[in-house]
Amino acid sequence: MPTAIELTGITKRFPGVIANDNVNLVVEAGEIHAICGENGAGKSTLMKILYGMQSPDEGVMRVNGREVSFSSPTDAIAEGIGMVHQHFMLAGQLSVLENVILGSEPVKSGGRIDFDEARRHLAEVSEAYGLTVDPGDLVDTLEVGERQRVEIIKVLFRGARILILDEPTAVLVPQEVEELFRNLRELKEGGATIIFIDHKLQEVLEISDRITVIRRGKTVATVNAADVSAGDLAELMVGSELPTPDTTESTVTDQLALEVLDLVVLDNDDRTVVDNVSLTVHKGEIVGIAGIEGNGQTELVDAIIGTGPVMSGTVRLLGNDITLAPVRKRREAGIGYVPQDRHHEGLLLDAPLWENAALGHQTRAPYSHGPWMDRAGARRRTEEIREEFDVRTPSVDVSARALSGGNQQKLIIGREMTADPAVLIAAHPTRGIDVGAQADVWNTIRKARSEGLATLLISADLDELIGLSDTIVVMFHGKLVATLDPAEITPRSLGSYMTGAALQEDVR
Amino acid sequence: MKTPLLRRIGLTVAAPLTAGLFALIVSALVLEASGSPAVETFRVMLENGLKLETMVDTLNRATPLFLAGVAAAIGFRMNLFNIGVEGQYILAGFLAAWIGASVVLPGPLHVGLIVVSAMVIGGLWSGIAGVLKVTRGVNEVISTIMLNFIATGAIVAGLLPRAIEDPTATNQGTPTIAESGWLPNLNWVLELVTRDITKGRKLTGVIAIAIVVGVIYHVVLNRTRIGFDLRSSGMNPFAARAGGVPPKKMVMYAMIATGMVAGLVGMPEILSDNHAYDQGFIQGLGFAGIAVALLGRNNAPGMAFAALLFGFLDSSSAVLQVRSTASSEIVTIMQAVILLAAVVAYEIVNRIRQRDEVQRASLLSGAAS
Repeated sequence: MPTAIELTGITKRFPGVIANDNVNLVVEAGEIHAICGENGAGKSTLMKILYGMQSPDEGVMRVNGREVSFSSPTDAIAEGIGMVHQHFMLAGQLSVLENVILGSEPVKSGGRIDFDEARRHLAEVSEAYGLTVDPGDLVDTLEVGERQRVEIIKVLFRGARILILDEPTAVLVPQEVEELFRNLRELKEGGATIIFIDHKLQEVLEISDRITVIRRGKTVATVNAADVSAGDLAELMVGSELPTPDTTESTVTDQLALEVLDLVVLDNDDRTVVDNVSLTVHKGEIVGIAGIEGNGQTELVDAIIGTGPVMSGTVRLLGNDITLAPVRKRREAGIGYVPQDRHHEGLLLDAPLWENAALGHQTRAPYSHGPWMDRAGARRRTEEIREEFDVRTPSVDVSARALSGGNQQKLIIGREMTADPAVLIAAHPTRGIDVGAQADVWNTIRKARSEGLATLLISADLDELIGLSDTIVVMFHGKLVATLDPAEITPRSLGSYMTGAALQEDVR
Repeated sequence: MKTPLLRRIGLTVAAPLTAGLFALIVSALVLEASGSPAVETFRVMLENGLKLETMVDTLNRATPLFLAGVAAAIGFRMNLFNIGVEGQYILAGFLAAWIGASVVLPGPLHVGLIVVSAMVIGGLWSGIAGVLKVTRGVNEVISTIMLNFIATGAIVAGLLPRAIEDPTATNQGTPTIAESGWLPNLNWVLELVTRDITKGRKLTGVIAIAIVVGVIYHVVLNRTRIGFDLRSSGMNPFAARAGGVPPKKMVMYAMIATGMVAGLVGMPEILSDNHAYDQGFIQGLGFAGIAVALLGRNNAPGMAFAALLFGFLDSSSAVLQVRSTASSEIVTIMQAVILLAAVVAYEIVNRIRQRDEVQRASLLSGAAS
């Protein structure tokens, strides 16, 4: 069989990170090929390269045997590659037909849109691939699964024979997933090649012919779906060499700092996203939460910080019930917070560093004095943070936007640590920052632990989790499915729990 | 970056200067195109503007513009687009004039009552938009626009007949407020340093209120905790919330404060000029206030400057017409061009400044590592 896509030695670097490191991928024509890996493993970057949204720093791309280089998605489309995005790009107030032709309208004389031709072509495409839609329906009236079908048809309408689907099942309910899979099989019958990005192992095994696993920007292996089990895949995703845990002496005390009891959180659609979670963090202890993103970690953190809703259950800080306390009370009572996305929840990008340092601590000295902000005090404290945490900045008066990611993160860690917290909630504290800054952040957390800080660490980085944590709990589908000792973790066990391939019965 | 400080000052001055120059050139072109001598027109405007009486006009006009600007700016700082200053000040002006006309109190108390009721009414009215936003997620742009129509079209229009004392008068309005409710003019302050003000011009006493409001606005926003909470909420509501700032409370505070200041916009008319709400009550200041806030970058000194500039241009329009040097609409064109040019210039300067900062910061981390 001919090769639809062949990538050799693709490398893509961003400042401070290598997103793709010598990636090799071979996709045969007419197969369903899954790309598997954790969030942040480099799947999205790879797909963006394939679709011409980014160009690789190194490496060769071949499509249907010919070497190509794309400078924009237009080039990719011209080569017959189409992308179905995770977030639909449809105009709700237009009909299915109008959405499908949007941007590539067949035109008749006088520049008018040739709707008859469009309808005919659309019918052809639906016929050829067995995808049924009613061209006259308003997109706003469609179900999510139907909208996805419109997206797929849109891509086929433009002549794509190689389809990239970015986590297509993320937005679907189980029945819709089955329907999608049926459609994908029909597409395959019709001769299309499908690249399917996902991290749900059962789905991947069910739908794909072959699977390529990516970890930390590298291709780990390509396997036949028929030859592997979910456990094997999980092991490939997590990796065979796990870091050895930090051997420094345990500083865990018997004093409870943070207790979460039977916590339940529902999302906007009333689905349970945190399912009866209980955990405790003692003074001097670091509890790490492992898990693939989107399994309730964010909602758990929000419930502890006070920015998200709680359905039932209790959160206690140093013995006091704070389940319903406002965020400010919690921060004043000693919760430090390093958010997972520093630009979203961590910083005022257009404000000077000293105001950023005050954020979250503005009710306390040295940032304020009764109702007044203490500008001199805030500046002084920010200078201290700059010194102690090595924040590289020309002055504390520049805006946070001017700093690099690593320095922004050090500023956030610095402001939380200098406020002397009792409990630190650190969500992906070293995401997207360079190695040097990462080591600084880890050292800071280790040092604070030895001084009695209780830390809840949420991370996708296993080096970080195993290297720092005293205890690791695994979160899957909103539940804590396992409690593990970092010293005894095997790639297979951790991977199996994270992907739901195994369940530990003796949780907690 | 040999002289970052000089460069920074240069950048700060450059934006308004280029905007002003650009506006001047465009206005000149428009003038010439419409057959009026540009140089002559500018000369007349300047000559007239330097007269003491015109200056009083400019200040009188700038006072409500500044207040409307502050009202709009409070919202902008919180990322709230309060289109409702218009309705808020008209409703507040009407009801405060009515309340003021129905009592007679000792001087300061009478004036105080009018001022306080205007603020309370303005605050309550815009508070409705706040409540709708906080409880039902209604966008404040939509709700304040609708509240404008309700205020002017329904409430004022509906209640005005009841307030009218003399139904046969040509200009119908609330009864004239007793003299105890008049705010004394401040001509004497100017006369301390200049000659006597003639032609019956009176410098409105509300200017003192406006100055106090400006100072409070500046101090609260920049120096207090609540001001920091408000600003951080406006810059990044998610980071502010994670930092303990209650977002809904901030929306309510900001909406009520913007309405309270908006309530003051009609005060020169009621306390100094007309002493009543009638059909000649000045309209459109709410929208002009948005322009003032934009031009003044939401900061108090900037808005004072913007209000004075717009006030000066407004007061020139009359003289242009009288001397028939040019059509008075040229003034409106100039205001619009200044505003557009300023917004563009600010954005450009902002980008240059950001690029500078990034450059300096990265130079530093590069050198140190």
